[in-house]
Amino acid sequence: MSDVKVDKPAAVPADKKNWRSSGGVRGWFGRQHWAVRTVLIIVFAVLAYLLPYAGDIPVLGPQIITEGIDWPSALFNMSYYVLLALGLNVVVGFAGLLDLGYVGFFAVGAYTVALLTSPDSILKTEWGWLAAVPVALAVAMVSGLILGWPTLRLRGDYLAIVTLGFAEIIRIFATSSETLRGDRGFADIPHPPGSYSDGKPIFGVADATPYYWLGLSVIILVILGVRNLDRSRVGRSWLAIREDEEAAEIMGVRTIKYKLWAFAIGAFIGGLGGVMFAGQQGFMNSQTFILQFSILVLAGVVMGGSGNIFGAILGGALISYIPDRLRGIEDPIFHTDLFGFRFAIFGAIIILIMIFRPQGLIPSRRRAMELKDREKEVAPQ
Amino acid sequence: MNFSGLIQDFGPLTITGLAQGAIIALFALGYTLVYGVLRLINFAHSEVFLLGSYACLIVWGFFGLDQNSATPNVFSVIGLLLLGLMAAIVISGLTALGVELVAYRPLRRRNAPPLAFLITAIGASLFISETVGVITKRNIKAVPPLIRPADVFVIGNMHVTNLQILIIVLALVMMFVLDRFINRSRLGRGIRAVAQNPDSAALMGVNKSRVIALVFLLGGLMAGIAAVMYDLKIGVTRFDAGFLLGIEAFTAAVLGGIGNLRGALLGGLLLGVLQNYAASLFGTQWLHAASFVLLVLILLVRPTGLLGESLGRARA
Amino acid sequence: MRQVLARAIGGLAVIGLVAGAAACNSSSSSDDSASGNCGYKLAYFGALTGSSANLGVNIEQGFELAINQYNDKKGSTCIEVAKFDSQGEPAVAPGVARNLVADKKILGIVGPPFSGESEAADPIFEEAGIPTITPSATRVSLAANGWKTFHRAVANDDAQGPAAATYIKDTLKAQKVFVADDQSAYGAGLADIVKQKLGSAVAGTDKTEADGKQTDFSAVVQKVVSSGATVLFYGGYYQNAGLIRKQLTAANWKGTLVGGDGMKDAGLAKASGNAAAVGTIVTCPCSPPEKSGGTFVADYKAKWNVDAGTYSDVAFDAANLLLAGIDAGNTTPEKMNTYLSTANYKGIANTYKFTSTGELDPSLIKVWAFKFDATGNQVADAEIPAA
Repeated sequence: MSDVKVDKPAAVPADKKNWRSSGGVRGWFGRQHWAVRTVLIIVFAVLAYLLPYAGDIPVLGPQIITEGIDWPSALFNMSYYVLLALGLNVVVGFAGLLDLGYVGFFAVGAYTVALLTSPDSILKTEWGWLAAVPVALAVAMVSGLILGWPTLRLRGDYLAIVTLGFAEIIRIFATSSETLRGDRGFADIPHPPGSYSDGKPIFGVADATPYYWLGLSVIILVILGVRNLDRSRVGRSWLAIREDEEAAEIMGVRTIKYKLWAFAIGAFIGGLGGVMFAGQQGFMNSQTFILQFSILVLAGVVMGGSGNIFGAILGGALISYIPDRLRGIEDPIFHTDLFGFRFAIFGAIIILIMIFRPQGLIPSRRRAMELKDREKEVAPQ
Repeated sequence: MNFSGLIQDFGPLTITGLAQGAIIALFALGYTLVYGVLRLINFAHSEVFLLGSYACLIVWGFFGLDQNSATPNVFSVIGLLLLGLMAAIVISGLTALGVELVAYRPLRRRNAPPLAFLITAIGASLFISETVGVITKRNIKAVPPLIRPADVFVIGNMHVTNLQILIIVLALVMMFVLDRFINRSRLGRGIRAVAQNPDSAALMGVNKSRVIALVFLLGGLMAGIAAVMYDLKIGVTRFDAGFLLGIEAFTAAVLGGIGNLRGALLGGLLLGVLQNYAASLFGTQWLHAASFVLLVLILLVRPTGLLGESLGRARA
Repeated sequence: MRQVLARAIGGLAVIGLVAGAAACNSSSSSDDSASGNCGYKLAYFGALTGSSANLGVNIEQGFELAINQYNDKKGSTCIEVAKFDSQGEPAVAPGVARNLVADKKILGIVGPPFSGESEAADPIFEEAGIPTITPSATRVSLAANGWKTFHRAVANDDAQGPAAATYIKDTLKAQKVFVADDQSAYGAGLADIVKQKLGSAVAGTDKTEADGKQTDFSAVVQKVVSSGATVLFYGGYYQNAGLIRKQLTAANWKGTLVGGDGMKDAGLAKASGNAAAVGTIVTCPCSPPEKSGGTFVADYKAKWNVDAGTYSDVAFDAANLLLAGIDAGNTTPEKMNTYLSTANYKGIANTYKFTSTGELDPSLIKVWAFKFDATGNQVADAEIPAA
């Protein structure tokens, strides 16, 4: 019984409270005055907006930025990966539904924009990018409901394989149907609107920085929305479903309804990622929406810390950053370019992170506690 | 929709589908065994298959065989086949054990959440297939023509070849042996015990770690055999061959009822045949879509697959 | 906390290791040689990794061979090779392209190899004013975008398809032809034109998945056999084509496989085995390298220890064309672009003269048919007359 005593906060004298037992960084942050917190958040956000200029920091800067790929473009890539991770975190982290085909919603968002805006589309509507956004998001959300309705009755791993199947069906449909043009793709998808005073468009082709800023702003909005949801009745229902679906149902949580909510919101955010992608890209075809993409995003969410918004952000950013960072680097032994190895190295990094931090890099506090309980329960091997 | 084509080619499509399905079924056993015992999708199983498919080619390479060699005489063919199978089995088995040791065991010690296992499996899969990709420069490796396909018998327009018979018979035999092993042997009883209730099994004196290692090994052996058959049937292998077929094998395992050995056989054969029918009916580009549509439909009617899950309870 | 710190430091160490390796790499550009127009770079932009890397590597090696030969002649590293790996994916291409245009020493680009990534990356090259010569992106509409920096060193799909159809009708005299493609922009485009030209001789059609996405072609093979066709036209790349050829032979089909330049690669015979590949016909809007009398085939083999593949020769020509521009004193991208619009260069695969939209001068396009022989080589068969 002695170790139980140590765990009890009351048993620890107040002056000997260590950093971790008082909640670490997050605990410290929570204890600050609201004004301090606001200032800190604003400083953090401003720093995030200044990231494209990270290369100008002496000494440290060149280590951070990517070499084989333009740094603002790499940042933009990170931003849509982060969006996807945030959305998938709602489905997997909050509601505990294992979705292996999340890229399907990304595809739905991107393709709706392409169909409505590109001159290659059979619709011939040729809308502006902005006008297509609400439609694309609505379609993505509806597709989440359509996919969710029949499949959510399945549990755990069966749900995983069915979602994987749906994503593959979407990919094959995109490749093989005439309407979605397959590998030929859609050209001349318009960029987001807006121009500088000298008439040059803000969102041009040569500089990716404005796209990154747009992506970052969308991310901030999504964080605010998801955070509020998580702390609302919906969030508590998700928690109950995740912990024990049967118990939740008996306690009066309408599980199907809230699972559908999770799917629809996840699809909405995934669609948002697709919309951003299409707007920056200008051209897209079925090559992008491969299965490995879904799997990578899932790896990011779990690696970062499933159930924690900031964990998902970190994970999403890392899955895009690590391979990009490994581009254009020479290995010290054979002097060949490391970019060929980047996914192999990435695979090894994933294994290492999960072995040393199975709860993720920034775990959800609740999840971390669950894990501690589980570690105690390990049966004799 | 080409109904007349399907009816006309029904026989040949069935036999080629069965051969492909037999390979898928052998491959699917690995997923099903591990899932039955650990409730874990062993994502890295596709790479177990991949390394097996290279191992036999390397052995045949030692004998100076490549895609342009003449077919050797019957006795050397049998010898080479056995050697190739042995190499593939050993390498696949070792790979499966290695993955268990590196990617899963450390997590199991800490009783990590199930998702963590899935992610290390993805990491291991990426690592192995990408390393193979870099080493082979992402080129294909071709298979020597050990068995020249020749008709054994013909019914209507259905030509049944020696290779097809070999694949189907070998798959059925292996399946039978495995089924016997799980249901009749002492080790098999241990596997079933752990599948039913790991903690009780441990209390009853079953060495859980050893059982888990055994399960991975068995899955690896079957994948090794599947890999050799795949090489002979398709004629080339490549760094992503495991991933491609792995998705199908996993689908087959779920279709039949994951964790259920006979389910994997049924699922594999069914998938192989129906993919061929769908390709004939709608066009080859819809082949994979058809298998997923089928899966979704079956899971909606029977949520645990055709034969139900559980390695322990369903008497395999 | 200490444990956390230790892990954090461990993590940093990993990043540091990576970054340290990066530092070794950071531009160690050679001293600007005094002699002539040296110190500049030519870039290859295209897939070096990823599922379509093999085609990209063919092109890159042809490109690099030309520059190495040039440097050997000069006796110094006069022109540097810069490689940019787009993975052949439109989603990756823009970021890599922006990285390329940031390097002001680059005078010209060979690539992008694929039409999809061209659509995504070429607007960036256009804005930066760096001329591109693509050795293999054959989509017709690429030239209609009004890009001034776009040049295509091969004939587009419209030139090759009719020639292939002519060959099937006139030389092979096939009554029944089965047409299949891999749904790639290239393969489907080519197959559509062939279908249209062959008209009633088409005995059946099918579509497969792309290279690396499908390996079992039982259903296609069965359709070909049942259709009674004596010729299969496959619009796609060599890897799938080799597999299909092998599985057709295994099913005892004795007809001829015909395809476009995407199948003109030793890889086809490697996948199918030489015995099965014999007699396979590939059309190519290029002339046989031996016609030019150069030593390209032997040089390539000596340098890379593999046979020259699809488009290696065109990439070699494109690089030499850019090098000729540098020799003529065009040391800015703008001057190089102007030079390309007037150039008339005879290479090993073709004579290159561009129209105002960047296409090859139609009067110079020759389509040849090549036949696989018993050793897996593609031997020039005949020049196909323009239809």
